Amino acid sequence: MKIQKIRNAEEMFFRGVMIVSTSVIGFALFLILWSIFKRGLPALSWQMLTETPKGGFYFGKEGGIANAIMGSLYLASGATLLAMVFGIPVSLYMNVNLHKRKKLVNTIRFMLDVMWGIPSIVYGAFGFTLMIYFGMHSSLLAGIITVTLFIIPIMIRSIDEVLMSVPGGLMEASYSLGSTQSETSYKVFLKQCVSGVVTAILLSFGRAIGDAASVLFTTGYTDHMPTSLMQPTATLPLAIFFQMSSPIAEVKERAYASALILTFIILFISIVARIISIRFQKHKIKI
Amino acid sequence: MSGKPKIVIKDVNLHFGKQQVLKNISANIPEKQITVILGPSGCGKTTLLKTMNRLTDLYHHVKIKGSIFIDNDDVLNTHKDITEIRRHMGLLSQRPYPLPMNIFNNVAYGLRISGRKSKKFLKPRVKHYLEMANLWDEVKDRLTDPASALSIGQQQRLCLARGLSVDPDIILADEPTSALDPLSSEAIENKFIELKSQYTIVMVTHSLQQARRIADYVIFMYLGEIIEQGPADSFFNNPQQELTKKYIKGLFN
Repeated sequence: MKIQKIRNAEEMFFRGVMIVSTSVIGFALFLILWSIFKRGLPALSWQMLTETPKGGFYFGKEGGIANAIMGSLYLASGATLLAMVFGIPVSLYMNVNLHKRKKLVNTIRFMLDVMWGIPSIVYGAFGFTLMIYFGMHSSLLAGIITVTLFIIPIMIRSIDEVLMSVPGGLMEASYSLGSTQSETSYKVFLKQCVSGVVTAILLSFGRAIGDAASVLFTTGYTDHMPTSLMQPTATLPLAIFFQMSSPIAEVKERAYASALILTFIILFISIVARIISIRFQKHKIKI
Repeated sequence: MSGKPKIVIKDVNLHFGKQQVLKNISANIPEKQITVILGPSGCGKTTLLKTMNRLTDLYHHVKIKGSIFIDNDDVLNTHKDITEIRRHMGLLSQRPYPLPMNIFNNVAYGLRISGRKSKKFLKPRVKHYLEMANLWDEVKDRLTDPASALSIGQQQRLCLARGLSVDPDIILADEPTSALDPLSSEAIENKFIELKSQYTIVMVTHSLQQARRIADYVIFMYLGEIIEQGPADSFFNNPQQELTKKYIKGLFN
C-alpha cells in the first residue's frame, strides 16, 4: 500500500520533469523563431534577396545580400560534398572492413568525438595557418577546405552511429551470398541506412552554412558576387554579424531579415532531405 | 553411411577468447542428404555451421584449428577466395534477413555481383528461383515491392530463393523455422525434402520432432562436443550413448 504510493509519486515526479523540460525547449524554439520573424519579416525585401550591397547597404542605403546568400550556398555545398567524399567511405570502412577490430574503431571514434568538440574558431585559425603556409589569400576555396575539416568529424560520427545499427544477420546474409566487403558496404549497408545517412549529411550542411567563426579569416568578406574559388566570398553568418554590429537601426533590422533567410535555407534543405530519405526508407529491413 | 561425404570435418577446435566452443569436432556430412545438427541451446551447433562457410571470420577473438574439407578443399586453410567458397553455400538464418531492396533485386543480387547483369538474363532466373522456393505465385504481381513488406514466412522463402540463385551445392540452415508459424515451417521442411535430391543440406535445430521428420543423418552435440552421430534410423531407434538416449526420451533440460 505504502510502496504503491511512493511509486505513484515517483511516476508523477518524472512525468512532471519531462513535461516541464519539453515545454521549456518548445517555448525557447518558438521564441527564437518568433523574434526572427517579427523583426526580420518587415525588413525583408525582394531587393535584399537579389542585389549585392553596392557600397551603401551597410549604412542603410540600397542593396541586398545576394552575394552572401550565394556565397554561403557555394561554401556549404562545396564543403558538404567534399566531406561526403571522405566521410562516407571512412564510416563504411570503420563498420565493415574494421568490423573485427573493435579496439581500433573505438579509438577512432574517440578521436573523432574530440575533433567534433573543438570550437570552430580553432578550425578557422588552423585553416588560416594552412593558408599562409601555402601562400593563399582568403578565398572561397580556403573556406571550403576549412569548413570541410570542421564538419568531417560530425559527418563521419553521425553516419557511423547509423551504420552501427545494421543487424549482424544482414551482414552475414550479404557475405553468405558471396559479397565482397565493398559490395557489403555500398550495396547493403548504405542502402539499409540511406535515410540516416541523408540526415547526417543534412546535419553537416546545417553546421557548415551556419558557422561564422571558421570562415571569418579564411573566406574573408566582399561586396561582390562570388565568381571564382580563389576570390574572397561573403557568407550569411558574417553578413548577419556585420549588420547586427551596425549602430544604424535599419541595418540592425536587416540582420534579422538575413537570419530569416538563413533559417529558410536550412528549413528548405531539411524538407528536401526528409522527402529523399522517406523515398528510400521503404527498403529498410526492420528488426 | 550411404553416399560419399560432401563435407569432411576433421578435429575442429574453436575458441571464443578463452572459452572453448567446439571441442575436437570430426564428422562426415553425406552428399545430397539432410544432415541435422541437433542439441540443446548453447551447445555450439550454430557455431559449427558458421565455421563451414567461415562466417566465424567476422567475429573478434575467434581462433579455429582443424580442417573442413569441402570437395577436397580445406576451407579453413585455403588460398582460395573466401567469397568464392561462400557462394557454394546458401545460408538460411534463424530469422530471415532480406536485403534492403525490392523482391526482384533480392533474388537478382547474387547473380548481379557475379557479373550477370542484363535484365534479359535475370528475369527468367529470378522467376525460376522464386518458383523453387514456392513464392512466385504470391509475389509475381509485386516484384518491385520492398522485401520488408512480406510476411516473415514469405521472407524466409525469399531468402531461400536468394540463396539458391547463386547456384550453391550446399544449403546451410540455422534453425530456419524457429521464427516461423507452423504452416510456414512445414513449407520450409517440405521444400528441404524436395531439394535434397540436388543439394547437400545441413540444418541446425533444437527440435527433436523436426529432426525426426526430415533428418537422414544426425549429429548430436552437447557442450561443444559431438556425443553421437549416425544415420537417422539407427540414431533414433538404436542410440548408443546414454546422453543420446536421455535426450531422445526428452529427459533433458
